[in-house]
Amino acid sequence: MTAIKTRESAESSDPAVRPELPRLGWRGGLRYLWTQLTSMRTALILLFALALAAIPGSLVPQRRISPVRVADFINEHPRLGPIYDKVGLFGVYSSPWFSAIYLLLFVSLVGCIVPRLGVYARALRARPPQTPRNLTRLPAYAKAEVSDSVEDILRRAASALRRRHYRVDVHEDSVAAERGYLREAGNLVFHTCLVFVLVGVAIGALFGFRGTSVVIVGQGFSNNLTQYDDFSAGGRFTEADLAPFSVTVKDFDVRFETGPVQRGAARLFRANVEVTERPGATPRQEVLEVNKPLHIDGTTVHLIGHGYAPKVTVKDAQGNVAFSGPVVMLPQDSNFTSVGAIKAPDARPERLAFEAFFLPTAVLDEHGPRSIFPDTLNPALFANVWYGPPKVETGRPENVYSLDTTGLSQLRQSDGQPVRIALKVGDGVNLPGGKGSIQLDGWVRWVKLQIGDTPGVPISLFALAFAVAGLCLSLFVRPRRVWIRIRDSEAGDEGKAGNRVVEVAGLDRADARVGLTDDVAELAAELSRRPEDVSAT
Amino acid sequence: MRYEYYSNVAFVSSVVVYVLAMFAHAAEWAAARRLGGEHGERELVNVAAAELNSEPSSTRAEPVDAGDEPVSSPVSSLEESSSGNRRVEQFGRIGVALTIIGFVLSVAGVLFRALAAHRAPWGNMFEFTTSAMVFIVGAYLIMVWRAGVRWLGLPVTLLAAVGNGLAVTVFYVAVAPLVPALHSVWFLIHIVAAAISGAAFNVGGVMSILYLIKKRAEDRDKVHGYLERLPSSRKIDLIAYRFLAFAFPLWTFTVVAGSIWAEYAWGRYWGWDPKETWALVTWVIYAGYLHARSTAGWRGSKAAVIAIIGLASFWFNFIGINLLVSGLHSYAGV
Repeated sequence: MTAIKTRESAESSDPAVRPELPRLGWRGGLRYLWTQLTSMRTALILLFALALAAIPGSLVPQRRISPVRVADFINEHPRLGPIYDKVGLFGVYSSPWFSAIYLLLFVSLVGCIVPRLGVYARALRARPPQTPRNLTRLPAYAKAEVSDSVEDILRRAASALRRRHYRVDVHEDSVAAERGYLREAGNLVFHTCLVFVLVGVAIGALFGFRGTSVVIVGQGFSNNLTQYDDFSAGGRFTEADLAPFSVTVKDFDVRFETGPVQRGAARLFRANVEVTERPGATPRQEVLEVNKPLHIDGTTVHLIGHGYAPKVTVKDAQGNVAFSGPVVMLPQDSNFTSVGAIKAPDARPERLAFEAFFLPTAVLDEHGPRSIFPDTLNPALFANVWYGPPKVETGRPENVYSLDTTGLSQLRQSDGQPVRIALKVGDGVNLPGGKGSIQLDGWVRWVKLQIGDTPGVPISLFALAFAVAGLCLSLFVRPRRVWIRIRDSEAGDEGKAGNRVVEVAGLDRADARVGLTDDVAELAAELSRRPEDVSAT
Repeated sequence: MRYEYYSNVAFVSSVVVYVLAMFAHAAEWAAARRLGGEHGERELVNVAAAELNSEPSSTRAEPVDAGDEPVSSPVSSLEESSSGNRRVEQFGRIGVALTIIGFVLSVAGVLFRALAAHRAPWGNMFEFTTSAMVFIVGAYLIMVWRAGVRWLGLPVTLLAAVGNGLAVTVFYVAVAPLVPALHSVWFLIHIVAAAISGAAFNVGGVMSILYLIKKRAEDRDKVHGYLERLPSSRKIDLIAYRFLAFAFPLWTFTVVAGSIWAEYAWGRYWGWDPKETWALVTWVIYAGYLHARSTAGWRGSKAAVIAIIGLASFWFNFIGINLLVSGLHSYAGV
């Protein structure tokens, strides 16, 4: 493991450096810092710091994953919340301290790889070390009596070792051999690839984009910024990078478990869509499912969610239709209790608005109206009614899913209780006080599409494939040195005097390897037809 | 329905048999413990053995082959004749025999489960645990057969009994089809890789614990009872390393395969889902273990402690995250 030794030797030079610190100057100081940063101990500490720093993000809600839970958390912990917010605990993985750790780790990594590349380049041309004087001192040793000529045996030894993929040097009376250079190569490949994984991620973050759009079944999405509900992109992304395709959701098939086990769990999501690559192109039919995203002109379209949009018609006090159509509502639980706002700003003389619940399988109990199954077995709409003077059109965007009640009053019955409306499909109701009427015409589903492109992914993926391969090499290749020497037999050797003896010895250069003793014995046996003594010290 | 019933019967029986196997191995340890006091020359021999074991590895005098060293240390050959020793041997054999029965039952349970569900049987926590236990016990039995590691019997049967026991009691859910996000070829690849590397992490972690125990005894010259029958601490360390060195690339692959799947199913390859985060934490800890093992001053006990922390993180990722934290990997169904 030359790799490790490089780091260790860097470390062991530290004590020598330390007493001279005052005379180091700024260059020496920098070199000292660099040595510290690229030392194995620092790498270890940074690894553990990374592991520790990643933990809070899995336990504290994260803004990027669930902003709602972050808001809830801050509400529930009025004192702790702002502190958490300040130190970045709601955005751990983009916080300065988390970034600092992994950037330091990668700097340390680069600082470790670069010198090792040089060392390895030299090692590639290096010859196996000279045969040691006393082979019996090595971890594995075997000898055997031979009768062939020295040249003959040396030749056979060299070819036997080459067959076993050793690099072989033939000396006067001995053969030196080494193998396992790929271990360090694998190690270097692994570490280098980790850098490339990060490069791929960075490219994706710079040039990529990702957004979502809720599309009502029967309607379509065309890929321009105005159609996105939320959108995020890297610094190098421009709107011109959006491919001009459009997708129409023809229908959407959903099935839920109706059996006793895991009742209500999703069993099937399948959307039939029509894809038009660019305006004017011939549309093609595609099936969009979870796990089977669409790839359109370099952009990936995923199906990541679905929900209900009740179709309602609102008439104003004058009997005119003030609003008619599907209203997208957001599911709140696994049974698709959905909330949303029905707004009829054009109702006259007063505008109307409804805070509504849509329940695919409605029940009304002490907890209030809720859904008990995700499919539409008993769909119903529950709503409160608000009214107010017409609002001046400001053009300011407003949240379509929730109702801002400023300037509105809640419609109440004569006894002061708020008016609560409950509608089944096909039902309509006139609002008290002649304010107008509302009717539930039916419902449709909507799907949430995620549209995005992450350009660095192939780089990261290839890098990871090479990293795993390199990792396997660095863990499973067994660097080993073997020496073979021929000498005249001495007192203490068994067998006939005057014959020669072949000595085989080996050394494993990595921990935890197996079979050295066997291999050495086997070599000795192979070189002599009659293996006379096989021993391991 | 019938297959599901057979599967449950097989799992419950496997728990019972594993518990019995654990008792047999416990008896094996206990019998060896009694042997310790019988011989006067024992202390002397122990010291010699400890010296032998604590020889610095640089001399490499000791062959590092796991495969061919006999289970018992040289000391035990002195008392081959004693009946106590035979008893130890007997309990050990009973333990292994029971473990084999438990293993067969647990394999049967997994197979019946697959037949009942008409799919690969690792779609939820219960199924994952029972499958992973098959891998753990399978790996152990192969090691017993090929490398004579019967000394792992007690911790492994304990693990298997607890694992399958938790599965049938706490994690149990009836057979059901999969949610659409799991309909993927990666369901086979990602989860099998996770189960196998998890099994290797577990065996490696158990060995690291045994290593620490044995090392402590060696350092104090107090290697008594069954501890004598364990290989030297250095050798336990090597075998543990081999398991973890096998598990680490596979775990890397598991995480990578998971992120490829996530790109298909969820539209992003990495989203800091709690399960993903902890998989990375586990990965980083084991990376730390491998680095520690080749850093001066960190080898041996410190590295073993890191391996145990890694195992703890693996378990937390499995049990803690599944049951306590909500995330995209919430398939436990408990």
